[in-house]
Amino acid sequence: MTSSVPVGATFAPDSPLDWSEPLVPGEVVLDERVAPNASWSAVVRKGHVLTIVDVGGNQSGDCLIYNAADTEERYSAPDTLAWQGNAYVRTGTVLRSNLGNPLMTVVGNEIDRQDTIGGACSKESNTLRYGHHVMFHHGCRENFLSEGQKHGLGLRDLVSNLNWFMNVPVEEDGALGIVDGMSAPGKRVAVRAEMDVLVLVSNCPQMNNPCNDFNPTPLRMLVVEP
Amino acid sequence: MTDTVLNAREDARARGGQTSEWMPYLPASSSPYCPDGVEPSALTWAETVAPGGYTHKVVARGTRIRFDDPTGDACAHVIVYNALEPVERLNVADTLKIPWQAYLDAGHPLLSGDGRVLASIVGDTSGHHDAFCGTTTEAWCLQKYGDAAPEGPFPAGRSLFVKAAAKHGLAPRDLPPSVSFFQGVRVDADGAFEWRGSAGEGKSVELLAELPLLVLVANVPHPLDPRADYVVGPLRVHAWRSKPTGPDDDRFQVTPEAHRAYLNTIDYAEARGL
Ligand SMILES: [Zn+2]
Repeated sequence: MTSSVPVGATFAPDSPLDWSEPLVPGEVVLDERVAPNASWSAVVRKGHVLTIVDVGGNQSGDCLIYNAADTEERYSAPDTLAWQGNAYVRTGTVLRSNLGNPLMTVVGNEIDRQDTIGGACSKESNTLRYGHHVMFHHGCRENFLSEGQKHGLGLRDLVSNLNWFMNVPVEEDGALGIVDGMSAPGKRVAVRAEMDVLVLVSNCPQMNNPCNDFNPTPLRMLVVEP
Repeated sequence: MTDTVLNAREDARARGGQTSEWMPYLPASSSPYCPDGVEPSALTWAETVAPGGYTHKVVARGTRIRFDDPTGDACAHVIVYNALEPVERLNVADTLKIPWQAYLDAGHPLLSGDGRVLASIVGDTSGHHDAFCGTTTEAWCLQKYGDAAPEGPFPAGRSLFVKAAAKHGLAPRDLPPSVSFFQGVRVDADGAFEWRGSAGEGKSVELLAELPLLVLVANVPHPLDPRADYVVGPLRVHAWRSKPTGPDDDRFQVTPEAHRAYLNTIDYAEARGL
């Protein structure tokens, strides 16, 4: 069957892929693959550890986290940063909610720093960044809306998110932007749930900047009970 | 004497006409602090917000909003919404990422998540602001001050935003990350926040409403304020009628990103007949 719908890019057939394995030992309770451009969600139980594998390297996994029992409590980038006094997410970073409570903790991380400043890409912001000719491109905000509605979440529930494997340095004069990633095929981050959490992930479809190496690749989501 | 209704009415009415350090001025033209160069009759909002207080207002497209920090200790935590569709609201990530700049100053647009400019920063004599740390939560105030009751001496910024939002029919889920003016933070090479604090007394910031806006303001200490005590000064707010950014303004084409953001904003306004 053919379609005239313009679809997003996917990875080149010769791209090296490393599906890796959980970063933290334990019984695997979930093992799913997220195709390029697609979205994903799951409830991760308190104490379980979610490993996200950057299968093809430098693939941004945009991520939002909610208290599974009350989604009005959700991930807060400013609370996460203010409590730790640092703009970057690294091993040990406690991912906090809008109430200041720990939602998850980064317990393993194979790249220097993870981002929570850059936010999600969207059709609308793409017009500012690249021009109106890319309005038809897919974006992470689209994925968050499609995935979020499965859990009763809408635009009001989208806030500044995490971007696993994306590189957003802040330079001395405040210059900030998405630059070439520091990740590689098979690199991982592991986050432990501090309460039952709903995790939304958008496998970023962006093709106008280096957040996906201009080559969108899959992500692997693994949850273990340690 | 308040023993009868008539006496109680007399007692109540005798309280009128007084002033306090922290109050709205009505009509706005009666403000004792009308900014230099502004016709008092053009004022549409004039107020001094108490330390630990908050305010909120729906303002017309083209309104110029000025925050003054008379003592050097104010910290204006601000969220702006498209008043016509509040689901469109300040998006701090886009506000930093799209202009390629983390530090707010004059010329910086405050962007929504919908690719439009909600407000432009059109004046800034402080330069000490923050778009990373948001405002304080009850959990933060509790661990720092030992108390966080919204009605007490250590209210959290979020507690105030919750109430301000509720007065416009909005729920806590309608509160995105905020920005703050008059208390600055910088990021060092390792990512650590360096406290810059205030630029001193008498500083001001001016915003220009590019769409009809709902403006929420909480005046509480910055979360990283190193002082052990809860120290925040009064915040003055004045607003007056002006014009939204258009093709004749320098900032309309200052960068390609800003240019397209203003185009999107004007496109929305035109379609709605604003
Ligand atoms: Zn994206």
